[in-house]
Amino acid sequence: MSATTTNARQGGKLSAGNLIGRIPTLGVYGVLILMFILASIFVPGFTKPQNLTNVLQHSVVLGLVAIGQTFVILAASLDLSVGVMISLIGVATSLLISGRVSMILPAVIVALLLGILLGLINGLIITKLRVNSFIATLGMMLVLEGALFSRFDNFAGRVPRQFEFLGYKTVGPVPVGVLLMLAVAALAWLILRFTKFGHHVYGIGGNAEVSRLSGVRTDRIMIGAHILAGLGAAISALFLVSRLRTAAPWIGKGLELDSIAAVVVGGAPLSGGRGSVWGTIGGVLILSILNNVFNLLAVDAFLQDVMRGAIVILVVAFYSARLRK
Amino acid sequence: METTTTARPSTERTALQRGLRNIPVIYVVLLIVFIAIAIIQPSFFRPLTFLGFLKRAAPILVVAFGQMYVMLSGEFDLSVGSLITLLAAIATNTINSDPANVGRAFLFMFLIAVLVGVVNGLITTQLRVPSFITTLGMLLILVGMAWVITKGAPRGSLTDNFRIFGRGNIGDIPIAVLVVVVWAALGVALMHFTTFGRRIYAIGGNPVASRLSGIQVSFTKTMAFVLCSVSAMVGAVLLTGFAGVSGLTVGSGYEFQAISAVVLGGVALTGGRGNIAGVIAGTLTLQAMFSLLNFIGFPLPIRLTVEGLILIGAVALAAWRERRV
Repeated sequence: MSATTTNARQGGKLSAGNLIGRIPTLGVYGVLILMFILASIFVPGFTKPQNLTNVLQHSVVLGLVAIGQTFVILAASLDLSVGVMISLIGVATSLLISGRVSMILPAVIVALLLGILLGLINGLIITKLRVNSFIATLGMMLVLEGALFSRFDNFAGRVPRQFEFLGYKTVGPVPVGVLLMLAVAALAWLILRFTKFGHHVYGIGGNAEVSRLSGVRTDRIMIGAHILAGLGAAISALFLVSRLRTAAPWIGKGLELDSIAAVVVGGAPLSGGRGSVWGTIGGVLILSILNNVFNLLAVDAFLQDVMRGAIVILVVAFYSARLRK
Repeated sequence: METTTTARPSTERTALQRGLRNIPVIYVVLLIVFIAIAIIQPSFFRPLTFLGFLKRAAPILVVAFGQMYVMLSGEFDLSVGSLITLLAAIATNTINSDPANVGRAFLFMFLIAVLVGVVNGLITTQLRVPSFITTLGMLLILVGMAWVITKGAPRGSLTDNFRIFGRGNIGDIPIAVLVVVVWAALGVALMHFTTFGRRIYAIGGNPVASRLSGIQVSFTKTMAFVLCSVSAMVGAVLLTGFAGVSGLTVGSGYEFQAISAVVLGGVALTGGRGNIAGVIAGTLTLQAMFSLLNFIGFPLPIRLTVEGLILIGAVALAAWRERRV
């Protein structure tokens, strides 16, 4: 991974530069495996195939949008608007289809275009208007939320059975949604690892000024990252609509913060320049397993929030502590 | 800002133009909004009506002051909204319709607020978790706790001697407004006349230099978080006093409103710059804008859209002005 450039600061505790870059991801999967083992032993019903499938299915929505968020965070930016984007694109898709099979393909295309467009706008506000990404995407979130809720306050549109394959079909034992998520993750990994664009994303996250001075078109990279975040939201919305069979203006609520939590739990610091898509997937799985375990143990729904909050903090603190060494 | 006036006579014509350029944008925007209201609904400016407006704006003003301390030091506090919800629930449960319990309610609220602030501060400074994540986790924790305490339905109701702060008047002047004035005055005194205040500006402006010059960054930042939480407590008292009921969504969204108001008021996101007057102007602009939208007759969610547009516009404008120099 291109994390080697930032490792000079680490003091060279381990000589293999790549290894230091990989530690967060290894750590994430270590935690994941540990959790899996503990859950298998202590939580009744966890290892039932039906339950495991559930966990995976629930991961898909978060996973897809978190992959997009990964690009943005790697570039030392942030996207607070993806949650509302999902709601908006979901409602638009569901309405466009309105139960008609013939509209499925056009609706999917429109959904993806919407994601690209919204991501593009975010990117332009950040690069051309020079607005900080927190504010830009917060503003975008507010703008979209207001527009969406002033027009809709209830469920909207319907989706025919033919569209449900995304949410419900399986290929053998594996749900289509999971395959989709893994495919998108693999694609994202390829982009980050093997393309110039990917390397530049890490670059502007590590040190935007140096990148710019070295001739990288930082504006374009940043816009590209945000477009990918929009696409992630769009694909996630499509899956979500397929599962819900309809849409509502609140279906994406909270997913922006959840996706950021997933990326961070996956080992990518908010300061950018480090992390990986697989780390994010690991983070998503960790959060999903946590969710599942809490449900199986019949933990009070809001006590779950308490514990989830505490765990996110602890995990990030743990990573920070390791990086400090 | 800048004063290279002597070096560039061609761009700065008169002292008046220079002076005008230096007025923070927010005051101009506030003026424009007030003018618009004066045209559309002049009765807004009748003393009693205007005082009513200030009374409604009081809670968010106080919360915005608190957020300002944290943002000046270079951090964020995303947990204030849920803290307000929790404190409201605690107040309602403790008072339980009995006026004699009000003193204890205040004590509990204060203690919890201080505790939350200290925990936020310690996790951010000692465990080195980015404040975004810390307070995000804390947000989940506090919401969960609010639900666990009230089991979904707050018990009892608030008594008049508690609600008087948010609802009562002395003569024609709302007590809430007096509270805001006092809190603002204390804030100005703190930031401009004490070493503590100067340290916060220093830490926000240049954390490394501050640390090297011996300022105890951790302690100061933690104190800033405590000030923020205590401000949230005051806001909670005013808010529930005014509204009466303590639903579980009392404080939701408040953190983003507060952050918007603070940023509009000219506080830089990275900290180190800004003042109370600006925050007041920012908050009042938003609240006045909402009133204006009401008068024009726009549906309620549109206020979110407008808030988002103003936010992006204001920050873009500020960034543009910086570059002109």
